[in-house]
Amino acid sequence: MIEEKFDAIVIGAGMSGNAAAYTMASHGLKVLQLERGEYPGSKNVQGAIMYANMLEKIIPDFRDDAPLERHLIEQRLWVMDDTSHTGIHYRSDDFNEAKPNRYTIIRAQFDKWFSRKVREAGATVLCETTVTELVRDAKGKVVGVRTDRAGGAIFADVVVLAEGVSGLLGTRAGLRKMLKPEAVALAVKEMHFLPEEVVEQRFGLKGDEGCVIEAVGTTSRGMAGLGFLYTNKESISLGIGCLVSDFAAVMESPYVLLDALKNHPSIRPLIAGSEVKEYAAHLIPEGGYKAIPQLFGDGWVVVGDAAQLNNAVHREGSNLAMTSGRIAAEAIVKVKSRNGPMTKRNLALYKAMLDKSFVVKDLRKYKDMPALLHTNSCNFFTTYPRLMSQAAQNFMRVDGTPKIEKEKATTAAFIKARSRWGLVSDAVRLAFAWR
Amino acid sequence: MTIAVTKSRVEDKLYQNRYLVDPGRPHIKVRPHERPSANLLALTHVCPAKCYELNDKGQVEITPDGCMECGTCRILCETSGEIAWDYPRGGFGVLFKFG
Repeated sequence: MIEEKFDAIVIGAGMSGNAAAYTMASHGLKVLQLERGEYPGSKNVQGAIMYANMLEKIIPDFRDDAPLERHLIEQRLWVMDDTSHTGIHYRSDDFNEAKPNRYTIIRAQFDKWFSRKVREAGATVLCETTVTELVRDAKGKVVGVRTDRAGGAIFADVVVLAEGVSGLLGTRAGLRKMLKPEAVALAVKEMHFLPEEVVEQRFGLKGDEGCVIEAVGTTSRGMAGLGFLYTNKESISLGIGCLVSDFAAVMESPYVLLDALKNHPSIRPLIAGSEVKEYAAHLIPEGGYKAIPQLFGDGWVVVGDAAQLNNAVHREGSNLAMTSGRIAAEAIVKVKSRNGPMTKRNLALYKAMLDKSFVVKDLRKYKDMPALLHTNSCNFFTTYPRLMSQAAQNFMRVDGTPKIEKEKATTAAFIKARSRWGLVSDAVRLAFAWR
Repeated sequence: MTIAVTKSRVEDKLYQNRYLVDPGRPHIKVRPHERPSANLLALTHVCPAKCYELNDKGQVEITPDGCMECGTCRILCETSGEIAWDYPRGGFGVLFKFG
């Protein structure tokens, strides 16, 4: 049993929890971090792309020893139908820079490294410890936690909830509502291992260069969803995710979608001959700005996925997690430095600081996007991908049909599928949600 | 032309994973019921580890040994009280090697 009292308890050793624990510990706070997994990362799942800028703000020299897979020089955004893909590719030698912008990572390895940094900064990290409830005083202020280990409560001035997307503790304690099925996606992923040189040959890479593919289309079978393929050093992360509400409505199995993606003629050659070493599933917050819950209260703050801080449009999650963890920690350090109590009023500083950051600004920009994609998933994820594929094929195929007739046929196909009004309305709503 | 349909065996996928099962302490339980709700029934398809299955009486049963702790079933069925979901005890459950 732990008798001492801490300045802060951090629940969870994912991106946001590690960022918060590291930041507070390196400012001299007495920090206890609790993680239910056998080791940090053992419960964590991500694609995964890690954005350098947000980690630099926490650990500036992370490139010296962090386990990074490949720095990204190419991104392919695909629209797929059953037999084809079309899309936009962007590849630039400018991304081969001294301090690259984005890396693929493998979370279990990365999180172990991050956790080592947290311990080196002076925090106490306790794994294999599930927090079972928050402890409150007579006035309702959170003053500590209870765990499944023998012994009583552990006390702290403030509890940082970095418990991840499911957020069991926070919802049970009534700090926020249960996630809605239409505000969360279920993603499944496999790790396909291939020799390093095979990965490099298939994607035209050299050294640590990396390539990622993200794809929408008929692979999600009409549901709002996204497929992804990320190159690691000697493996490929391949997965697909769709909204939980859509999965439930059509009673589709995620592993069936994943296998269909693997067998797609555009994907199959890229993973041919690979050895699959892991199958993972995880939820992703998709509700955006409107789904952000209360972020602070008497004796507590919530960060990362537990706070639904995920930019679904740009597929950014871990950088919002790291940034919210860091900012929450900085707010706590500020309150502590002026000997303030960890009251709701004082911890409001965290939200004020977060509102000024890219985290909330980006989510606010896309606040109408989740609703748009949720209510029109069939059009955006099946109808348009099919139309775009047909249009591309019509354009490429030379068969003696006069070009003017080909163009008319393409236009007619769009109008037939969505009507003139439907096309205009889709475009206007998309533009408004994007702006 | 359609995509070649291959039968998906999720058991083969789960076989790759590492677990530390806590014997006799399942972290998810299904409340006894006569007939499952639409959401509970959907779990027999939607659960990525195929933990939920229909028995011959048309009721949904769970074997959470292959559970990856994603929480999908909790999102769909905890509010209605049809399932009870807790984290496994510290150290138990799925142990991702890569994640």
